[in-house]
Amino acid sequence: MSPRALLANRRAAVGASILGFFALVALLAPLIAPYSPSDTNSTPMLPMSAKHLLGTTTNGQDIFSQLVWGTRTSLSVGLLTGTMICLVQLVMGVFSGYVGGKADTTLSSVTNVFLVLPTLPLLIVLAAYLQGGSLLVLVGVITITGWAWGARVLRAQAIALRDRPFVEAARISGESRWHIVLAHIVPNMLGIMVANFFGAALFAVLAEAGLEFIGLGDINSVTWGTMLYWAQNSEAMLQGMWVWLLAPGLCILLLGTSLGLLNFAVDEIANPNLRRD
Amino acid sequence: MRYLLRRVAVLLVTAWVAVTVNFALPRLMPGDPASNMMARYGGQLSPRALDALRIDFGLDTHQSLPGQYFSYLGQILTGNLGMSYTYFPATVSSMIRQALPWTLGMVGFATILAFLFGIGLGMVAAWRRGSAGWHRNSRLDTALVPTGVMLSAMPPFWLAMMLVYFISYKLGWFPIGGGIKPGLSKSSSAGLVDIARHSVLPAFTLTLVAMGGWILLMRNSMLTVLNDDFVKFARAKGLPNRSIAYRYAARNAILPIFTQFAMALGVVVGGQVFIEIVYSYPGIGYLLLTAVYNQDYPLMQGIFLIFTLTLLLANFLVEMLYVFIDPRVRVEAGK
Repeated sequence: MSPRALLANRRAAVGASILGFFALVALLAPLIAPYSPSDTNSTPMLPMSAKHLLGTTTNGQDIFSQLVWGTRTSLSVGLLTGTMICLVQLVMGVFSGYVGGKADTTLSSVTNVFLVLPTLPLLIVLAAYLQGGSLLVLVGVITITGWAWGARVLRAQAIALRDRPFVEAARISGESRWHIVLAHIVPNMLGIMVANFFGAALFAVLAEAGLEFIGLGDINSVTWGTMLYWAQNSEAMLQGMWVWLLAPGLCILLLGTSLGLLNFAVDEIANPNLRRD
Repeated sequence: MRYLLRRVAVLLVTAWVAVTVNFALPRLMPGDPASNMMARYGGQLSPRALDALRIDFGLDTHQSLPGQYFSYLGQILTGNLGMSYTYFPATVSSMIRQALPWTLGMVGFATILAFLFGIGLGMVAAWRRGSAGWHRNSRLDTALVPTGVMLSAMPPFWLAMMLVYFISYKLGWFPIGGGIKPGLSKSSSAGLVDIARHSVLPAFTLTLVAMGGWILLMRNSMLTVLNDDFVKFARAKGLPNRSIAYRYAARNAILPIFTQFAMALGVVVGGQVFIEIVYSYPGIGYLLLTAVYNQDYPLMQGIFLIFTLTLLLANFLVEMLYVFIDPRVRVEAGK
């Protein structure tokens, strides 16, 4: 799977462009946003205008600036959680499948338990016990609830690779278990792992927004999820301030779609059965 | 028979693990439910009344941890999930029993609808792509994949809010929220019609959101099967396309997806939480949110337990169903 193969795939190209756009906005947030996102000095409830592109909230914050700064949090939560989930899956899936034996029995029964715990309620209950809290708490909670399914898939892949001659050769030449996993197994299932990463990031973006929407995040931070929380609690709809609701949701949808497209496209490139040629 | 027994054993063991996790979770978390409750009733109760309350809530701190665990197991076996803090003196199980039918009806309907539509669309998309001209791109497939991706990237609560605003509030086609007009009897025919009217939008939202995943899964599963030798053979034999698609390929492509349908059924019982919240639909997701807002730990635990057991049961039933729909499992099971 080369970068060129990715760009040749139209879905991957669209996904990567949207993701790139959001990454740029996140990086340049201080330059793009005309106001501070928490600044409450503007007149409340202004409609869309040249001065306030998307109007202002009931507290007099500039909605467009909040949206721009929110990109930072959503994107970093998504990518960070995606990475964390991949790391957990590396241990619970790839390593477990490769070593086999008692370690595998233990690790995969833990995976099986997590598979039957209902994801969303677990997410809500955990976040509720931890009483909201910082973004890092959310990242932790989402990681705990989101890794099991992918770990099972990766474990099956690792088992399939375990007895292949090149792995056997590495074993005989005395390489350590983790070295074999990282240098020989992982490169041969990179496609699935990358697809998994994007899938996990998508899950994280949606989960973060959902938890924040019901008030289980840090409601004083500026993210797309908390924007929706404040909009809902200020009865934005009944006051006709639909842009306040529409904009953050649309951003979540767009970022989610880009991650979903990348997930799908990488899967397509890595899996010969789905290939187009 | 051996197969059945083994499945039942696995079901029981996982159920036990789930119950234990449910017992352990609140005790591993920072903060202690007992002192939360003290704060709630702070100063208004005599110490003796408080002690009595604590025992009612299962917070008897005089008991050792294993002691608490075994009395918890005993309580669950007799269906006693404790008292709700918020709706005291209502029990947790009575609250759940009130909410469950709402969720099961609306969510069950929407899940099955989403599954059928998603599978159907995914099947047609894959077939069009691989059919007749072999690997010819089809417009339908090109359009359906991004649609499926977008639907599964849709924040359900946001879609729900948009629909409430534009369809219920602006156009007034459906009620803004709730489950039934206050004062109407649930068993009268007018009541049933009203329940249906309240359920249309939540069910529609859930169907849309849940459908995306099925489209993508079925399409990919079907494409994989279409590469199999038996499909090529059927083509070479000159069988009509329609019969290859539906009688040969689709039937095999659905098998791996069925396992995930079981997961979805269970997950969806929880996944609709956000949708119920936006529509103030009196189901179990809405109840969970009330429990969270009021720090009603017994109610939260009870609801979580119900979710977990539903998921387990759904998995078990699908595995049983597998015996009927997949001859390979039947042969294995007979051994």
